[in-house]
Amino acid sequence: MTLDANIPAGPLDKKWTSFKNTAKLVNPANKRKFDIIIVGSGLAGAASAATLAEQGYKVKCFCYQDSPRRAHSIAAQGGINAAKNYQNDGDSVYRLFYDTIKGGDFRAREANVHRLAEISNQIIDQCVAQGVPFAREYGGLLDNRSFGGAQVSRTFYARGQTGQQLLLGTYSALSHQIALGNVEMFSKAEMMDLVVVDGHAKGIVVRDMTTGEITSHAGDAVLLCTGGYGNVFYLSTNARGCNVTATYRAYKRGALFANPCYTQIHPTCIPVSGEYQSKLTLMSESLRNDGRVWVPKRKEDCAKEPKDIPEDARDYYLERKYPSYGNLAPRDISSRSAKEVCDDGRGVGPGGLGVYLDFADAIKRLGKHVIEERYGNLFEMYHNITGEDAYERPMRIYPAVHYTMGGLWVDYNLMSNIPGLHVLGEANFSDHGANRLGASALMQGLADGYFVLPNTLGTYMASQFGKKVDASAPAFKEAVDSVKARVQKLISIKGTRSVDSFHRELGKIMWDKCGMARDKKGLEEALRKIPKLREEFWTNLKLLGSADGINMELERAGRVADFLEFGELMCLDALNRNESCGGHFRTEYQTPEGEALRDDENFDYVAAWKYEGDNTAPTLVKEPLVYEEVKLATRSYK
Amino acid sequence: MKFYLEVWRQKGPESGGKLEHYEANNIPAEASFLEMLDIVNEDLTAKGIEPIQFDSDCREGICGNCSLTINGVPHGPGRGTTCQLYMRKFRDGQIITIEPFRADSFPVERDLVVNREAYDRIMQAGGFISERAGSAPDANSVPIPKVVADVAMDAAACIGCGACAAACPNGSAMLFVSAKVTHLGLLPQGKPENDRRVLSMVRQMDKEGFGNCSNYYACEAVCPAGIPASFIAGMNRAYSFASIKESVGIPL
Repeated sequence: MTLDANIPAGPLDKKWTSFKNTAKLVNPANKRKFDIIIVGSGLAGAASAATLAEQGYKVKCFCYQDSPRRAHSIAAQGGINAAKNYQNDGDSVYRLFYDTIKGGDFRAREANVHRLAEISNQIIDQCVAQGVPFAREYGGLLDNRSFGGAQVSRTFYARGQTGQQLLLGTYSALSHQIALGNVEMFSKAEMMDLVVVDGHAKGIVVRDMTTGEITSHAGDAVLLCTGGYGNVFYLSTNARGCNVTATYRAYKRGALFANPCYTQIHPTCIPVSGEYQSKLTLMSESLRNDGRVWVPKRKEDCAKEPKDIPEDARDYYLERKYPSYGNLAPRDISSRSAKEVCDDGRGVGPGGLGVYLDFADAIKRLGKHVIEERYGNLFEMYHNITGEDAYERPMRIYPAVHYTMGGLWVDYNLMSNIPGLHVLGEANFSDHGANRLGASALMQGLADGYFVLPNTLGTYMASQFGKKVDASAPAFKEAVDSVKARVQKLISIKGTRSVDSFHRELGKIMWDKCGMARDKKGLEEALRKIPKLREEFWTNLKLLGSADGINMELERAGRVADFLEFGELMCLDALNRNESCGGHFRTEYQTPEGEALRDDENFDYVAAWKYEGDNTAPTLVKEPLVYEEVKLATRSYK
Repeated sequence: MKFYLEVWRQKGPESGGKLEHYEANNIPAEASFLEMLDIVNEDLTAKGIEPIQFDSDCREGICGNCSLTINGVPHGPGRGTTCQLYMRKFRDGQIITIEPFRADSFPVERDLVVNREAYDRIMQAGGFISERAGSAPDANSVPIPKVVADVAMDAAACIGCGACAAACPNGSAMLFVSAKVTHLGLLPQGKPENDRRVLSMVRQMDKEGFGNCSNYYACEAVCPAGIPASFIAGMNRAYSFASIKESVGIPL
């Protein structure tokens, strides 16, 4: 099997334009005849649902939350990048493109990333037009701040709630289209399977989480906008409900899963405080604009109050190791550095798993009111969770799982290898390589939803006239029956262990063996442990209640069942990639200074995995990464 | 810590419900309220009792999904969402009553889970700026004074949780509606549709069965996003002007 990314010919900066000039179009009268199924209502899902509906398609949109406004995009704090260069600090589309490629450790597809950078400016225009209240300067113009991995200020923000405001923008647009009858919205509806008819994605199976009813829906194309799989680690900054089920089910129906081992560990989260904990809370990376990261130089000082540790006994390790980027070093590098100092015994707080993020200097320089204006809600949140006042005492932070760069494989059109199945936002693999820069997830979700997919979908739709499939096709019945059987099986195990206990155990295996640092031995151990845990799950799960009506344990059990298979795929991918790059750090492959050591000769490819059956190893399909514009370089932030 | 819980249990939307007594044992003070319920649910599962069903998702105070009435107050003591409430706020050995959000327009679906689709329908009635992707002018082409943008942001911070309606003796959703009307109404981009917006959203709110505001300010007291009740006054004014225009036949 070979993969064709369908990248348009021509010079890099002309590819998107020439694509649009020659892309297949569907006329308005014909758009009405097509039903598009969209799963997920976050930035990518709601933006594409609204935009396709504006264009005239008939859209059905599904989300597992009780309202599309609650999708997890809402939790993004820091901001969204765009190459507007409103600050006149030397930014450009090319620079945003290059920073993103470099930030991704040269493991992303050049043409996709350039397109993303080109579209970035339109996104800001679009958001302002729909009423997103971005931060402004007194003159009334838009304000910017800087973010990790960049030396320019190109991040637009709305206090510490940028994701919320962007999502409410897409939700407004979606609501408008629902009111006009162009979108039919299904809330509390969880996708359980993909329906493939004659090799094309033509529908989905859905469980109504209120009634328990399992039904199928037919459409002319399916868009998965279902986010990432960070919850495979149990503890992450993701919402409780985030899961891999939609993309994993598609994988089991033949879609390739690309680079599952690329996970992002965010450097600034509130440290874990106990076994009972259900999630980790992120403190926006924007805090690193003004906060300085440090730990004591000597282990003996770790238990002291931070104010009692004099300046010369502090190790501002990011500033020391990466003088030109300092506290704004990219996420993977900052996280690994925090782990390093904690492994060295110099961590602070309970269990020694924390480092300080100190605002004393910034408060002295700018005044408390400025810091309050910039990060007030974050400080409040920190105070509420830890009971500590970060204006007085430095925050304690530690890395936590935050984002997943891997996802279903897609071509330039955002279509997977299953014709008709398109994948947008975090759910696909395409734009961030091995590490995502801050403020780029919102950019990609909205780019895919507002501008990319609405232009590329025509390529597929134009080939689908007169090929309508309805839900009476045998593939639909087969899929519905298999989902029903699976739900019944989960209910009928009647063992002794709760869903969460399995999830926690899986999470611990993943964090220990496939987390911030990985090695062959650990990954092999994980690959032995996960199948055993999975076997126990299917024989010893305790699940009360029935499949009819609301049963949240049942919902979680289905998701954990998929994580228990998916975790293995992640480890397999991590084991295959004998190099370190971005968020994937294999301890065997590092420079003498402890930096990631890439192997471009052997691993400059997208690793796409093809499902071959339960308990059979998946096959690896490689898409070589061809760089026409960029010269591969060792990533340096020194 | 130890707590004595009185929890609302209800099989389905049609069946009656009642408070059941449970004990919450060995709860760390650092646990959040929802994590306390997770621990109780593990206990119940071990004893063969169906776990308590309650909504939550982001667990960081922004998605607006969690919706518990704790000791009679939506989201409980303090001013934040249920998920941002920590057990150290309670006394060891305290009795805690946990019910769903109570409002006629939020029917209970099961235990502590309510249906808040009414809020979605109010948004669909007019909570948007009609604009299509790709048609926008440059983002800096219309300067917006910082003070205006800041108030718009204050209003836009609403998380749509429904605590306002649950706290209001009239079951009024006016704080929620006024937040959206204020947010979009202040911005130059939203102004062309102001009259239509306020009329349709308020009418939909009435249709959903929400009551009107009679200045109790209970909504403001429980709002986790800090939306001030003064927005309601602004909305009433906008509504009056729009309905006068409509009644004398000025096209909106």
